[in-house]
Amino acid sequence: MSKEPVAVVGIGQTKHVAARRDVSIAGLVREAAQRALDDAELTWADIDAVVIGKAPDFFEGVMMPELYLADALGAVGKPMLRVHTAGSVGGSTALVAANLVAARVHGTVLTLAFEKQSESNAMWGLSLPIPFQQPLLAGAGGFFAPHVRAYMRRSGAPDTVGSLVAYKDRRNALKNAYAHLHEHDLTLAKVQASPMLWDPIRYSETCPSSDGACAMVLTDRAGAARAPRPPAWMLGGAMRSEPTLFAGKDFVSPRAGKDCAADVYRQAGIADPRRDIDAVEMYVPFSWYEPMWLENLGFADEGEGWKLTESGVTELDGDLPVNMSGGVLSTNPIGASGMIRFAEAALQVRGQAGDHQVDGARRVLGHAYGGGSQFFSMWLVGSEPPAS
Amino acid sequence: MPEVLKAPLVVEFPFTRSLGPVQSAFLTGLRERVVLGVKTGDGRTLVPPVEYDPVTAEEIRDLVHVGSTGTVTTWAWNPEPRRGQPLTAPFAWALVRLDGADTALLHALDAPGPDAVHTGMRVRIRWAEKRSGAITDIACFEPYDGDDAEVTVHAGEFQDPVIGIVAPARLDYTYSPGRAQSAYIHALSDRRTVGERCPSCRKVYVPPRGACPTCGVATAEQVEVGPRGTVTTYCIVNIKAKNLDIEVPYVYAHIALDGADLTLHGRIGGIPYGQVRMGLRVEPVWTEGGRYPDHYRPTGEPDADYDTYRELL
Repeated sequence: MSKEPVAVVGIGQTKHVAARRDVSIAGLVREAAQRALDDAELTWADIDAVVIGKAPDFFEGVMMPELYLADALGAVGKPMLRVHTAGSVGGSTALVAANLVAARVHGTVLTLAFEKQSESNAMWGLSLPIPFQQPLLAGAGGFFAPHVRAYMRRSGAPDTVGSLVAYKDRRNALKNAYAHLHEHDLTLAKVQASPMLWDPIRYSETCPSSDGACAMVLTDRAGAARAPRPPAWMLGGAMRSEPTLFAGKDFVSPRAGKDCAADVYRQAGIADPRRDIDAVEMYVPFSWYEPMWLENLGFADEGEGWKLTESGVTELDGDLPVNMSGGVLSTNPIGASGMIRFAEAALQVRGQAGDHQVDGARRVLGHAYGGGSQFFSMWLVGSEPPAS
Repeated sequence: MPEVLKAPLVVEFPFTRSLGPVQSAFLTGLRERVVLGVKTGDGRTLVPPVEYDPVTAEEIRDLVHVGSTGTVTTWAWNPEPRRGQPLTAPFAWALVRLDGADTALLHALDAPGPDAVHTGMRVRIRWAEKRSGAITDIACFEPYDGDDAEVTVHAGEFQDPVIGIVAPARLDYTYSPGRAQSAYIHALSDRRTVGERCPSCRKVYVPPRGACPTCGVATAEQVEVGPRGTVTTYCIVNIKAKNLDIEVPYVYAHIALDGADLTLHGRIGGIPYGQVRMGLRVEPVWTEGGRYPDHYRPTGEPDADYDTYRELL
């Protein structure tokens, strides 16, 4: 028996900001969930199950927050699942929810991911004082910067490519009302003059710390037929993982990322991603990850990804727009960041991305990664239902 | 087999909580010695209050002022109170249904012993002398034999409401790095770096984990590597981290010790940070009593050819 086609019929986000002091965690997730229900013109009673994701519990210090959030998300008396795969969790949460629909376990599922970073400090949460280990690292930037340098050496990319990505994403964010950073006065020169934090990564090439939530309503073919607005259809979705460190690990282009993309393309019948995919929302917490993931995801040959960035192909009006929403570089409620990528991809193929809409986007990839480049989750969504 | 190491690991953080409208009213009320509950769609009163109806999922905001007296619905004796608990002497954890409420609130009940506590007993709040808008504004419950209190509707509006609290959390672990890493750390005390070779793929893991993550088999064969190695990649850290006693800027490098099949991480010294480069040959510098090399410094050898370490990037 073939799988049930999965449609996205409702999408909701909060306005992402540094600190939402006016709401509890429950109030924050509720806001995104209510907007997703409103978009789908459904009520809590129409939801069969809830699948929720967030990054490590240390990020807010609420152990198993899903227990406390059940009533805010209308999950009382229904199945509720928590997913955790570090920074990729927003993507994998959506995929777990989608699989419940595809397997015909449930007809309509609410999926949601969140982070309220203002309640803690992610840099602290990622740098616990493990006994017998030499404390050296200063947060995620210190972890990823050497891999960026390795990419620069391997590809021969000019030093300026990272700043081009940051400048593009921040300008795209100006067209997205939900984005956290709206830096109206930013110039390329300011990006290039911003302080070097973890050389080669500059301040303006790093993501902010945000409070925010994102929710989607996923449903089956019958649910999609009742939807008031055009659905986005899942054409392929996959997850892959690998260890943080092992002999032969390629941090610049991890094997798990390549395999994950290949699986999605196979499911969706994509022969040439560069030709067959119209736009990408990818997880770029540090600007250089745009060219790195362009290669890892098969949009460019190894060592060539930066040329797409440098020549403007990934601009909003380019041939392969990347991070039309402003991306993680403009908005990073960590646990939600992956789901925002997935949701923004769906908004594009629904034609509902507003000022950052790519004209005629028919197939868009949503991508997330997490941990030490060890968890990957991706989906490809389309404006038309899957062929079979 | 050498001793497996163990050490305490304390994870501690002052988390902040933004309360939202209902918890804000509840905690501000406690500061004013007012206990607020919330009305659900089916007419029940929940104490402590919640923001969303557990039955209908609708937003609920109708607050009521319930009594500061109530009835124990169940309890458990706590013979040895721990750090941070409401009372230092032995007490009962009790679920108390306050007069006018339909649900019970968990708190401490001050009683001389378990024989003095029973389900159905009447209790009242003992308020803390100093109150800030926190659950600890209720110092505890105490036995009470007076009348029930009246219940009235309350707007939940107060002067200078509490909108956020600090919730310190602390977890105490005993951490052990396990057999393989303990052996690695013991060898370091002799200033030797010892990894383990996978019997299947022959890769040498430093530090060893006791198993090869690629082949999924145990590793046991010890292999001494280094002491010299090659900088494969690095970054220059310009941010001073809390609790980290290293002056910035410093170079944080991935170093492939000679004979190892993956890199370990270390600081590079003895050379201006701007002159550190990929391929730089380095050796460890030890300080008296240091568990790890303090840093690595250039050996003066010619740089390693890119092809010799590109697989280790």
